[in-house]
Formats: sequence, C-alpha cells, structure tokens
Amino acid sequence: MLIPCPYCGERGADEFTVIGAADPMRPEPDAPMEAWVEYVHVRDNAFGPHRELWHHVHGCRQWLVVTRDTRTHAVHGAEAARR
Amino acid sequence: MRLPTGGLIDRDRTIRFTFDGKAYAGHPGDTLASALLAHGVTLMGRSFKYHRPRGVWGLGSEEPNALVELRSGARREPNTRATVAELYDGLEARSQNRWPALGFDMMAVTQAFAPMLNAGFYYKTFMWPAAFWEKLYEPLIRRAAGLGRAPDAPDPDRYEEMHGFCDVLVIGSGPAGLAAALAAARTGARVIVTDEDARMGGRLLADRAEINGAPAHLWAGQALAELAAFPGVTLLPRTTVFGVFDHGTYAAVERVSDHLAAPPEGMPRQRAWHIRARRAVLAAGALERPIAFAGNDLPGIMAASALRGYVNRYAALPGRRAVVFTAGDDGWRTAADLRDAGAEVTVVDARPGAPALARGVRHVAGGRVARAHGRLALDEVELTTGQRIEADLLAVAGGWNPTVNLTSHHGSKPVWNEELSAFLPGAGIPGLTPAGAAAGRLTLAACLADGARAGLEAARQAGFQGQPLPLPSAEDEPAAIAPLFFVPGRASTSFVDFQNDVTADDIALAAREGFRSVEHAKRYTTLGMATDQGKTANVVGLAILAEQTGRTIPETGTTMFRPPYTPVSIGAIAGHHVGRGFRPTRRTPLHGWAARNGASFVEVGPWLRAEWYARPGEKGWRDSVDREALNVRANAGVCDVSTLGKIEVVGPGAAALLDLVYANDISTLKPGRIRYGVMLREDGFVMDDGTCARLAADRFFLTTTTANAGKVMQHLEFCHQVLLPHLDVAVLSVTDAWAQVSVAGPKSREVLRGVLDDAAPLALPHMSVAEVTVCGGTPARLYRLSFSGELAWEVGVPAECGEAFMERLMAAGAPHGLAPYGTEALGVLRIEKGHPAGGELKGQTTAADLGLGRMLSKRKDFIGRVLSQRPALVDPARPVLVGLRTRDARQVLRAGAHLLEPGAAPSTGNSLGHVTAACWSPHLGRMIGLALLSGGRDRHGTRIRVFDPVRDGDAEMEVCDPVFLDPEGSRTRA
Repeated sequence: MLIPCPYCGERGADEFTVIGAADPMRPEPDAPMEAWVEYVHVRDNAFGPHRELWHHVHGCRQWLVVTRDTRTHAVHGAEAARR
Repeated sequence: MRLPTGGLIDRDRTIRFTFDGKAYAGHPGDTLASALLAHGVTLMGRSFKYHRPRGVWGLGSEEPNALVELRSGARREPNTRATVAELYDGLEARSQNRWPALGFDMMAVTQAFAPMLNAGFYYKTFMWPAAFWEKLYEPLIRRAAGLGRAPDAPDPDRYEEMHGFCDVLVIGSGPAGLAAALAAARTGARVIVTDEDARMGGRLLADRAEINGAPAHLWAGQALAELAAFPGVTLLPRTTVFGVFDHGTYAAVERVSDHLAAPPEGMPRQRAWHIRARRAVLAAGALERPIAFAGNDLPGIMAASALRGYVNRYAALPGRRAVVFTAGDDGWRTAADLRDAGAEVTVVDARPGAPALARGVRHVAGGRVARAHGRLALDEVELTTGQRIEADLLAVAGGWNPTVNLTSHHGSKPVWNEELSAFLPGAGIPGLTPAGAAAGRLTLAACLADGARAGLEAARQAGFQGQPLPLPSAEDEPAAIAPLFFVPGRASTSFVDFQNDVTADDIALAAREGFRSVEHAKRYTTLGMATDQGKTANVVGLAILAEQTGRTIPETGTTMFRPPYTPVSIGAIAGHHVGRGFRPTRRTPLHGWAARNGASFVEVGPWLRAEWYARPGEKGWRDSVDREALNVRANAGVCDVSTLGKIEVVGPGAAALLDLVYANDISTLKPGRIRYGVMLREDGFVMDDGTCARLAADRFFLTTTTANAGKVMQHLEFCHQVLLPHLDVAVLSVTDAWAQVSVAGPKSREVLRGVLDDAAPLALPHMSVAEVTVCGGTPARLYRLSFSGELAWEVGVPAECGEAFMERLMAAGAPHGLAPYGTEALGVLRIEKGHPAGGELKGQTTAADLGLGRMLSKRKDFIGRVLSQRPALVDPARPVLVGLRTRDARQVLRAGAHLLEPGAAPSTGNSLGHVTAACWSPHLGRMIGLALLSGGRDRHGTRIRVFDPVRDGDAEMEVCDPVFLDPEGSRTRA
C-alpha cells in the first residue's frame, strides 16, 4: 500500500503506523465523563471512505490524516494532521 | 528416450544426478522431470491419500503430481515439483510418501479403504470412541497421508530482500509478454519482465511454431536480446510474481541459487522482490486442464501441451505408442509433434464431426477414453465403445484455463466465457492488464498482437508516448474447443484434484450431501486446497459440481485465488530478518568499557545492558550484586544509564505541550531545575515516568524508561501535531547523542570534583541541572537527581566521548572507592527506595496505585485527567503499591507470587494482589519486595500470606511502606 505523504511523496505503508479514526476530537476539558469514554473507546467500523491517523514513523515523523476506503484500500489523499 | 536431435538442451555437456539413489544423466537446460522422462522414467511419486503411483502431468509450476524431495541434510527440501527443478551436477532427488519403495509401496493398501476415505471422511468415520481419535486414528492417518519431510536442521542459507521500481511490470515472457515488454520498452518506459522459468520465452520454447518465417524460439531470443539492450529494462528469469498487493505493489521471489548445489559465496538462495509498478501486464499464459476418467492419474498420462513441450524443448519422448485424447483442435498439435518424433499416434477426438488436423495418425472421431489400465504406468487405453488401444503415453487436451490467478488477489471473481469454455479475468485489479492467453487469446498471432497492445497501453498510462509498431508475422493456429470435463464411468478413480486425491465421486458425494455452494464443496472435499491451489483441478471439479446440482457453470460460480501463486519458502519472506537480524542489538556508548571491565550483559528490549561486574573470588552473581549495592550506599557507584530515552522539547510552546503530556505541572518548573514527572494514557492509566529538566525557558530535556522511549516520542509528536498544532515547538529524540552515567553514593560529590572543570555546580540543590565542562573542556550536562536514594548525579557527555570520560571518572573515583554497578544492583537500590519501574508500570496501574496520586495536577488539563477519575480507577479496593518484608534472612520472596489473607483458601477470587519485584537487600540483610495489594495502604504493619504454588512458596510476610530506606530523603539531599 502506498501513502502519499505530503512531505515525502508516495511511500510504502511499512514506513508508517496507523492508530485508527482521525475524526473523534478530544473533548473540551469540562466535557462530561461520557464524552471522554466515547472519545477513547468508541469507534465506528467504517465501510467505505475512512479518515485515519497515520504516523510516518520511519520517515518525516509527521502525523497525517489519510482518507482510505476500507473496502478497497484505495487512498483518496493524505494531509498533515496539524493542518 | 532422448530424441537424437532437437531440443533446447546443451548436448555437449552432461549432468549427473540421482533419483531414489539410482544414477542418471541429463544436460544443461533439462529439468529433473525432463531428464527422467528422457530415461523413460514416468513413475515419480505416490499420491497424498491413496498412495497411487503418479508421474508428471504438466510442464511447469502447475504440476500437481511429480513432487519430490531434493538435497539432503539441512538443505533437504520436500514437495519440490520435478517440472521446475533444474538439474545440477550431483543433484539428489527422492520420491516421497512411499514405503518401502516407490515401485512397491505397502501404504498403497489404503486404496482398499478408499470408500472410507472419501470426501469429509474425517467428519464421519473414526468418530468413536472419542479417545481413539487422538491416540490411534490421527497418528495412523498422519503417518499414512502427507507429502515430504521437512528438514530437521536450521536453514543454512541466506535470503535477501530487494525493492524494484518500474513503469511497466510484465509478468510472463511468452509471446504476449515479450510483445508487451518490447512495446513498453520502445517508449522509454522502465520495464521489469519476470518469468518463472530459467529460460525466458514461455510457450515459444515448447511449441513448434514460426514467427517471421523462423522457429519461434529464435524470435524469442532476438526479442530478449533487444530488451536486454535497453538500460531501463530488467529481465528476471527464475522469478515468480506470487502476489498482488495494494497500489501497484507486486511480490515476487527470485530463485537465485536453487539451480546450484549450494549458493555461491556471498549469494543468497532466494531473493524476495517488492516491485512497485505504475502499470502491469499479466501475460501468465494458460494451463491445460485434465479430463476426469477412470484411472486418469496413471504415470504416462500427461497434459497434451506438456507432452509436446517435453518433446520440443527437451527432446524427451517418454514412450512409443501414444494416444491423444482431445476435446479441441489443440490436441492435434501434440499428435503431429509426437508423430514427427517417431511415436505411433492415435487421436481420440471427442467431437464426432471434427476433421483430422494431422496426417499419419489414427483418428477415432467422436471417441472418448473411458478408462486407463496399468499398474505402475499406463499400458492400455479403453474407450467408451470398449475398444482397447495399447499405449504407454496418453496426452489429454481438455481445454485451457487462462492463468487469471493474480487478477483475483483483490477479491475480483473470474467470469465464465462460454465460447472458450474457460474463466477469464473479471473486474481484476486497477493497473493490471491481462494479455495474451491469460486474457483468453489462445493463438500465437493473437497473443503477439494483444501483448503489443497491452504493453503500449500500459506505457502510455504510465506517462510515456509511443505508436503501435509492426507486429511480427505469425499464424493463428486452429483452436476450436468443445467442452469436456468428465467421462462417466468408475468415478472413484476419476481424479479431479491429483494432489489432494479428490475424485469425481467425492464431488458427487458432496453434492448429494447438500454442499451445493462451490465454497462449501471445496472445503468439504478439499478440492483445490493442496499446494498447487487447484491450478489444474478447479474448473473440472466445478463442472462436475454444476452437473451434479443441475446448474450451469456460471450459476455454480467459482472459488477465488489468493497469494501466493506458487508455494514460497518462509525463508524468502523472512529475508535477513532472522536470528540477530530479527531485532538488531543496541549497544550503549559505554558497552566496550563495560565489557573490558568484567560486565556480563542482559537483554533489555533491544539493548544489551551490564547486569553486574564480577570480580575474582566472587562465587556467584549475588556476591557481585551485593557488593555493588553496598558500595553505592557506603562509598560511590557508577551505572550506565545511556539506554534511558532522551528527548529534547524546544520552542516557545514547549512548556504548554509538556503541561498536557505530564500529569503534574511542568510550566511552573524554573529554568535550571528538574522535576520527576508521570505521564498517563488518555484512558487514565500510567504510561511512563521519568525526569524533566528545564534547561532554559523554552528548552526541556526529558528522560523516559528504556522500554518506552519510542512510544513516548511518538506520543509527544501526537500531542503536538494532532492535539496542539498551534504550538511553536519541536520534539527531538537525542537518546543516541548522549552517553549518560549515574554517579551515586555518599562520596559521589568528591568523585565528580575530580572530573568537573569547575566544581561550583556541585553545590546546586537536589533536582537541579547545569551545563558544565569535564576533563578539560568536554561539554557535559550535570543533573542532580537520584534513583538509588543516595546523594547522586547523572552526567551526560557526547556519545563519542563516553568511554574516555568513563576512564577519567574511574581514575578520579578510585581514591573514594568508586565501583561500577549494573542493572541488578540498580534494581536492588530502587526496590529499597520503593521507586516504581517495569513490574509496576505495566499499563494497568494508576498514579494513585503507585502512590503518586498527589502528583495529578488540579490546575490544568492533561492527558488522562478525566478518565483517571472514572469509578473503577478510584475504587478503594484497587491493589496499591506496598513493601513486603520477609520475617528472617532465610525466607524467600519471589516476583509473581500471589497475596492472600492469612487463613483464606488459595483461589483466584481470594487473591488480593501480587508481588511485582523482589530482591535480596544487602542493606537490610533479608529479602524484600514491592507488591500491588488491595487496600494496601491500610495494611502496613499487618501480615499477608505470600502464595507461590508453582515454586513451592507459601509463607506469611509483613506488609510495609514501599520505601525501605531513608523515607525523609536526607541521604539524597546531603
């Protein structure tokens, strides 16, 4: 699989680690406990395009948001997580 | 026999080899199969389940039958297809799965039990008594069935990994592959061409055909020469593309040295390729399929295209009287080639009205072979009419299966084509274009044209310009086919899957028992599940299942192919990642010094760390460790702590980032000071601990535990880039930049005075940091902090100065009794001081469990803040850190022991916790330990039962505060 790193170009997936969904946002400090449980433990099992956090750990060490179709592994793009 | 002329073999040279101990000779260019066939040897193995005699069926890697064991000792290799094993001088080959001999196999009695061993037999027979299954039936079956023997010594060979990049990958080098490669290469594209065979050219080497008016193999030679002259073209013979992965990544294995007795010096046995291709052309050809009839597995019965390949390419004719049983025009080509080689030929063409396509052969129009007779080899062919023909060769032309395997590696199903009676590639894989026979173009001219088209198209899609060039001239040979899969008769010996011994009967039985789905029937009968993945078997099996269930083939569907296309040795996949190469050893900058000074080493993750430094006269490791630990408490010791993770966090946003990462406050830390810090995971558990030194307002230096260095670095980058991207801060790993030692003990200040250029920073208070120079100008950092509970500093010097600094430090420390100590003494000192480490920081403990609850900041947000307060993590019954003290010097305490209320029955439910660390404390003269104990803080001073049934430990001990030594910290602050 190739990840189009915005800093390094297309690189093999073996240079990266992935931790899963990119969209759950860390709650505000005063958010209720339920919001934190949701953020840490609850994930959708996407069937189709999925925004994921990948870390170019053996490359530029940037965290990326990669949009990957979970059905086909087609990668629709990657951008820096820091935006 | 070997024909007097012809063939692409080097008759001037002779290669000697043995098969089952008997000596034979062949020529360069031969495979084991062709050389044996040239000697008239057709019996090469016994089948998997019924031990039936088997010989060669095919010409290449699709071979289901002729599996042999090659080489001996550590290089013994079972289940090698004789059809792809190249000859080399001294090759030893043995047949498999027979006892005592290939010609006389006692195990062949299993054929008598065939009715009991049919599809799904292991679900139905041998059911009871249950105990007999494991003790009797399974060992018996396992002994009787199975193929070769795995080697029993470690693999002596090296394997390597290679990355290839190209614009167009061409898989296969037959007519379509060569045409595609030429078309692509002429546009200037970078091209990689792979072929399984040692010699490239595919069917051009095996068929008598003409291109541009000359034998086709000559054109193949010219095409290869032209390709080799392009700087951007790589030709990879002996290379199988076995898997297609995402985004144009192709996995291949190159058999670099398998055609030699042993790999030459410095060469690998095999090389795994990861090829990244913008576009690929699948020119993998097609495989001829068998027809199921009684006894169709006898040696001497071969695929018609394979038999003519042996005749044309190897000049090997393994018989005299041949029958060609064909369902289409293609069998007639074999008939003509056999005739010209001198054989007596009868063509049995299943099509009643089909014309004879060759002269000089007998023709039985509309005939069908009902049964083959013979014991160890074919001697008679019986037709459905009862007519019998004496024959030692039977060539079967059942039609072609395009080699679509790679196109279904991403889940795309092949599609049935009525006209060709074959499965063609379905939607396939983006960027991978099938061409030639793999795409259903089954004639030479069509293959050349389709290949050229596909090659040019692939190059254009990869961004290159080019126009179609004139095609070489060739003919379209007759290629009509009338589907024929099965001749009804004795279905119990009508084999469909030769390698797994699956018969037409088995498939019919599966259908009768309701396994109508092709996927179910496959698993029930094991059709197509052998090492050849049913390359020859699947379509025939499917056709029989379709007929049995009253459906058409497209209605029945097909199973899919998965990687690998052919078996791949684990060694090739592992590459150099074996032994030490699996995880390279990390050595600290002080490793050499430690080794010279008597250290023995212990693996800590990837690191080697000094565990103790033995001295003459010490009787065991405890003597060394006790001495080292006592010396730290009495004088001074030095310990290599270079393995700790070291990270610099730099920039105006550094303090804000660290405030989020650490559970305690960091932004309030003053420049020049150090704070012990604890990090939580977002789920509230402790992730790591360490120290945080503020070198300047915008520069921090953190240490992590050795084990978590990588994880913490990644976590910091996550927190910065994902959670706090607005912060202006950089995070740098500097672990390898520093050699760092801890100098600890009451005399450590005197020791350091001897190496510091200016001793003034030694007056700084506990938890201070200073930039200093040592040994006459070497820059260094001095951190006053203590893990041992003694007056202590850590000194960091540039890694390359580490060993020299160590020598100077030891010299300066000699008058003060300075001695090195290893990780064991370090462990003793930290247990005596009650510091949590690996056994306690295990990912299931909270800061409060470890007695660090007060560190959690109340004035800021931090990772893990909210979930560290969830009910389960603040439950008062949670096991918390306590000390354990044995009652006398003889009592033994071991990590891992469970803790029970005195008098309570030992059970998992009654366990109150466990011992996380234990050691002999030379300071206290007894064993002590740390434990996680439910309600532990209220149990100080009480007794607990320490229960360790695995190692016969069961004793009561005293629970105490985890800090055994100097709880006020006066020694540290001295």
